[in-house]
Amino acid sequence: MPNMVVCVKQIADPEAPVGSFKVDEAAKKVIPASGVSQVVSPFDEQAVEAALRVKDAHGGKITVVSLGKDFVGDVIKKPLAMGADELVLLEDPAFENGDSRSTAYALAMAIKKIGDYDLIFCGRQAADWDAGQVGSGIAEFLGIPSVTVAKKVELVDGKVKVERVVTDGYDVIEVSPPVLITVSNELGEPRYPKLKGIMSAKTKPVLTWTAQDIGADSSQLGSAGARAKLLKLFVPVKEARCEIIEGENPEDAAVKLALKLREVKLI
Amino acid sequence: MAENKGVMVCGEVIEGKLAAITKELLGGGRVLADALGEELSVVLMGSGIGDLASEAIAIGADKVYVVDDPLLADYQTDSCLAVMEKVVKQVAPNILLLGQTAIGRDLAPRLAFRLDTAVAMDSVELSIDPDSKLMLATRPVYGGNARAIYACEETRPQMATVRAKAMEPRERDDSRKGESMSIDSGLDPSMIRTKVVDRVKEEVAGVKLEDADVVICGGRGIGSAEAFQELHALTKLLGGAVGATRPPCDDGWVPSSTQVGLTGKIVGPTLYIGVALSGSSQHMAGCSGAKNIVAINKDPEANIFKEARFGVVGDYKKVLPAFTQKVKELLSG
Repeated sequence: MPNMVVCVKQIADPEAPVGSFKVDEAAKKVIPASGVSQVVSPFDEQAVEAALRVKDAHGGKITVVSLGKDFVGDVIKKPLAMGADELVLLEDPAFENGDSRSTAYALAMAIKKIGDYDLIFCGRQAADWDAGQVGSGIAEFLGIPSVTVAKKVELVDGKVKVERVVTDGYDVIEVSPPVLITVSNELGEPRYPKLKGIMSAKTKPVLTWTAQDIGADSSQLGSAGARAKLLKLFVPVKEARCEIIEGENPEDAAVKLALKLREVKLI
Repeated sequence: MAENKGVMVCGEVIEGKLAAITKELLGGGRVLADALGEELSVVLMGSGIGDLASEAIAIGADKVYVVDDPLLADYQTDSCLAVMEKVVKQVAPNILLLGQTAIGRDLAPRLAFRLDTAVAMDSVELSIDPDSKLMLATRPVYGGNARAIYACEETRPQMATVRAKAMEPRERDDSRKGESMSIDSGLDPSMIRTKVVDRVKEEVAGVKLEDADVVICGGRGIGSAEAFQELHALTKLLGGAVGATRPPCDDGWVPSSTQVGLTGKIVGPTLYIGVALSGSSQHMAGCSGAKNIVAINKDPEANIFKEARFGVVGDYKKVLPAFTQKVKELLSG
């Protein structure tokens, strides 16, 4: 039975209205908007779903790992309510202000401590910084193969079969475990936790590990381990200059729109 | 670090031709190389890739490194990673650019970590800081709600992946001089831990979305797979392609290969019409190359109207048939 690890990130709801989005340019940080809830980053939920589908078919154990701070219990325990078995939280000031590299290093060290793993799942990218580096980074630090942007993951005769989304379709890739896989939305909707799952999540183990617990080299963590430097963070100014085409009714407006596009030679 | 010189492009070859993204990277890479007074090179990996060096030189490269090996017939992370690691260590470039493509987004992070450096993913703008001579990479973050500018101060090469259509390819100039050399891949089959057992094409008939000059996109508000046919009626008239936001793809109304956005296709048409879609930052990230945006939506507060040049506020079920009819008249008249 496969041992699986899923890495998830807790972020501010990316579906929150655009108008509520603000940054502190001096601190180069996003200002948390009031009323915007925390969620598990959507692609990471799909990574949990991918692991659960393997578990549905073959059994096994799923350990969820998350690096962050100010964890909200009900949010970060959602993967447990969906069916994962154990949660490891990496929380330590030493992890903060890192880049994709230092985050991948810390997660890889935590996974080494977990030890026995066949499949590691990550979302293709987090919906805050959208970099899509951490999954590949973990594989690189662990020295294992990686397959990115998966839409289907199956275990067939001890091998892992992955459908990887490419521009004009998908590639079917076969690889022996251990392997790291990043998951995309084409996998399909993650399951909703059932009441029974929510109840049993309350009794599942939740561990909190520091940098020391995972035996991390502090020069590789947080800002010390970062290689990328953020110089500036800003909200681009958009000049709203839309010409609204009015009409007596929607059909009339539609006709006027066609005439307008003709006038400016777009059709 | 001081000895790292030159701008290198990791090229992509598709069906024996230089990929569009590679031409764009050569255009953008040329600007960076000129700003630094350094050379521009391109690495072409593949199996039986033929003579593409003269074209690469004509559109901006000074040097072409060709790595030809049957083991490079299919893109696989392990093989391309090993080759790029070898080439970068041999040539020691100052800057390395890749495309934000299925290949680049897979290869770039692992390569950056293996070389102990950093990569700015999905950059839309690159420049050289006149004082520090560092490459500044601007990339949309938070689903396009904000932009971040990154530099890589200590380690080399400075790396970036670049979004499709963010840079202009150069006009072909066959009088440009350059040199081509081949580099041994150094690969053996045992280094490649994955196997491509099948490739499934899901290409929709007609004009390719990323090449189309007219793109009509539908959103959640379209309502059903059947209703999407109305958009096809319009693209038939205008000779374009139909795209979609993520929900219609997730709901199976349209193939997922028609998704336009941050994690889908990047389009760059002269005319883009967004129908019954709100215009989320994640979707608009895929339309950054569109020259004229037209919006049809019943919600006057929809974000798409902030991005559009022309808009109609109204139910698309009433607007679209009348619009299509009028376009038909205009085109036949």
